[in-house]
Amino acid sequence: MTSFKKQVKAENLDSFEYWVKSGAPWVWINAAAVSASILLVVGLLMLIAVRGLGHFWPAEIEEFTYFEDNGQPHVISGQLREIERVRASRLVESGVDVPEGMEYVSRILLKTGNRDVYGEDFRWILEHRIENRETPPELAYLEREEWGAFIGRVEGLKKDGERIAADDPWPVFLEMLEQTDALREQIRDLERGEIGSVNYRMERLRLAERKLELKDVTDPEAYAEIERDRQALDDEYEALEARLIELNREIRRGSVLMRTSDDIEVELPLSTIIGAWRPDDMNLAQQLGHYLHKAWSFIVDDPREANTEGGIFPAIYGTVLMVLLMTVVVTPFGVVAGVYLKEYAKQGVLTRTIRIAVNNLAGVPSIVYGVFGLGFFVYTLGGSIDRLFFEAALPSPTFGTGGLFWASLTLALLTLPVVIVSTEEGLARIPRAIREGSLALGATKWETLWRTIIPMASPGIMTGLILAVARAAGEVAPLMLVGVVKLAPSLPLDGNYPFLHPERKFMHLGFHIYDVGFQSPNVEAARPLVYATALLLVVVILLLNMVAIHVRNGLREKYKGLET
Amino acid sequence: MNDSTQKPGAVEERISVEVRNLDLFYDGTVQALDKINMDIPDRQVTAFIGPSGCGKSTLLRCFNRMNDLIDNCVIEGKILIEGKNIQKKKIDVAELRRQVGMVFQKPNPFPKTIYENVAYGLRIQGINKRRVLDETVEWALKGAALWEEVKDRLEEPAFGLSGGQQQRLVIARAIAVQPRVILLDEPCSALDPISTLKIEELINELKKDYTIIIVTHNMQQAARVSDKTAFMYLGKLIEHGDTNQIFTNPKEKRTEDYITGRYG
Repeated sequence: MTSFKKQVKAENLDSFEYWVKSGAPWVWINAAAVSASILLVVGLLMLIAVRGLGHFWPAEIEEFTYFEDNGQPHVISGQLREIERVRASRLVESGVDVPEGMEYVSRILLKTGNRDVYGEDFRWILEHRIENRETPPELAYLEREEWGAFIGRVEGLKKDGERIAADDPWPVFLEMLEQTDALREQIRDLERGEIGSVNYRMERLRLAERKLELKDVTDPEAYAEIERDRQALDDEYEALEARLIELNREIRRGSVLMRTSDDIEVELPLSTIIGAWRPDDMNLAQQLGHYLHKAWSFIVDDPREANTEGGIFPAIYGTVLMVLLMTVVVTPFGVVAGVYLKEYAKQGVLTRTIRIAVNNLAGVPSIVYGVFGLGFFVYTLGGSIDRLFFEAALPSPTFGTGGLFWASLTLALLTLPVVIVSTEEGLARIPRAIREGSLALGATKWETLWRTIIPMASPGIMTGLILAVARAAGEVAPLMLVGVVKLAPSLPLDGNYPFLHPERKFMHLGFHIYDVGFQSPNVEAARPLVYATALLLVVVILLLNMVAIHVRNGLREKYKGLET
Repeated sequence: MNDSTQKPGAVEERISVEVRNLDLFYDGTVQALDKINMDIPDRQVTAFIGPSGCGKSTLLRCFNRMNDLIDNCVIEGKILIEGKNIQKKKIDVAELRRQVGMVFQKPNPFPKTIYENVAYGLRIQGINKRRVLDETVEWALKGAALWEEVKDRLEEPAFGLSGGQQQRLVIARAIAVQPRVILLDEPCSALDPISTLKIEELINELKKDYTIIIVTHNMQQAARVSDKTAFMYLGKLIEHGDTNQIFTNPKEKRTEDYITGRYG
């Protein structure tokens, strides 16, 4: 009787119970979870992308009359950064005059620039006090080496203190700016390239001399040789310096007279101006060109003004180099350890314990790795290396301080468990038949591993490396202790012998985000850069991963047919 | 010389593999082989038959010490191959496996080219001269009756071959190192009838030069290809003799029951 009832129930295809029994709700829950995850990730990326990419667009400059708190009209200009609605009562509480009857007030964050004139370059204004909004085409936006942007009109130009006569100063200004740019490029090449190289060689000479002294060498010939080299370098340096002085004099000759919207006149040396454009006078194509140019220079330029302006090239460079170095370190270690655990070690309590320990290593907070790296790698290993090989440079440390190499080593340690585990899994997937086939032909275990098993497990090992790269590139906390700095004076890979300088400090995108976002003196100016940098970090990780995935797919293709 | 192989049971039969009082235990307690004694003649085909789990594959894997790969596997007794005791601790196992080749149930080519599969054993031995390799690869593939089918695509991956071709490739790989004995562990169980026929023809060819031991589930196959047959049951060697005699006039009741299909 009961079974008959059940049957009837089950046949009722529209019933709720049948729906639950069919498993449909679980499918819906799974689908919902997947969609929510995708939505979150896409939303995050969109937010970063929109905020970060918007920064490079030449936003229009508005000029308007603004009634200050005391009721006096005042002409100001600037770029609209943000508009928000606030409760009028809140403003009244903080002592701002708001007309009766207004419940909400719209407030604008205006980028006024001209920090050297106004003392600030962002200010909040109230929209209802604005009159005569205009976008005059002659308003120019100047990007400067210091004091942030300057917004105003070009009044005239000066060369060697003399006013240059011109009906329309703008094209002349742009032309002079171009010349200044070329000069600046020359100066930088000179400083970075030749003078940098001379300095580097000079430092090596000093170290060589110190080494001789430490070894108690008394042969005057050795010292004389160093002295001769130094003399040659000094001569070289003097010649370069003369050129540099000449260039510096040349670049300082021109200046531009600017007038702000509230009629303050300022004379700016052309050497301090990096770029100038009139956003209100641009058509769409020009805007687009400008945008791409700015986005590109963000990638390839060095940072300026405590990282709140300019590009982030050294940070990209440092991140990529560190990850590559880490990969070079972690791959052999992880693979060898995984092969030993899987193939050679006797499976028992000890190997189980080791495996548990390895898996737990992956759960240790990364800052702990940083502390370990600082204590063990930097102070203990680095200190010993300095005492043994770099005695001449002491007391200033060479390897005894944070640097690229120690950071890579610390991250290699951090990602080691992932590589070990994936190596073991890769090895476990190789069919027994292949091993036996090789052994049956008279290969030893080592020959079997080396010629057949490890190549076949390589796609699995690559998967581990992909995960390791993603983790390492996004890690910040341990790096702060073992070698990442806010601003590195030189790149860890350059033209000076021996080219790779693993002892140098370096910049990193993750740390750059933290530094610009939270340690910056000018929060409003830095904010878009935080988004742009975050976007770039994501892109860098994506690129690194895509390279690794490409390699893995190649390997998979080579060893496919395995599963059949 | 060839007369002896063509007429099984002839007087001047030479013994290639001798098994004396062989016991094998898994995990110290489970006895998989029980007092096996047998002589396997040179350049003849010996087939091991018996129901699943009777220990025929285990015995086969003793001949090239494949059981070393299994933990806690204890072997007592003696196996002499060409007069040498292979159970001794101090023998070169790799060298033994070069002497005793093996072909497995499922074809297991390496994920390499056809050429490199056959050359694998030679490269292991340190032979890397292109000319020697070329010659040996061709000779081995001809020996395995595969040369005509693959001579134009030696550099293609071995996975592109059919199952039967792969199995012949694996045989070519085994004979390329010129072993004395070839062990075949159910070599046709994963193949279709035509491929099976080809392998059987090949076995007939190969026995001119090699001692062949084949494990099979297929009694017709044992009857077709082998000169001697050994029937095993529950880890014991029940009967061992000329194939004709085993199939037409078995001495043991259990052998008769098995080959007439009463169990197994």
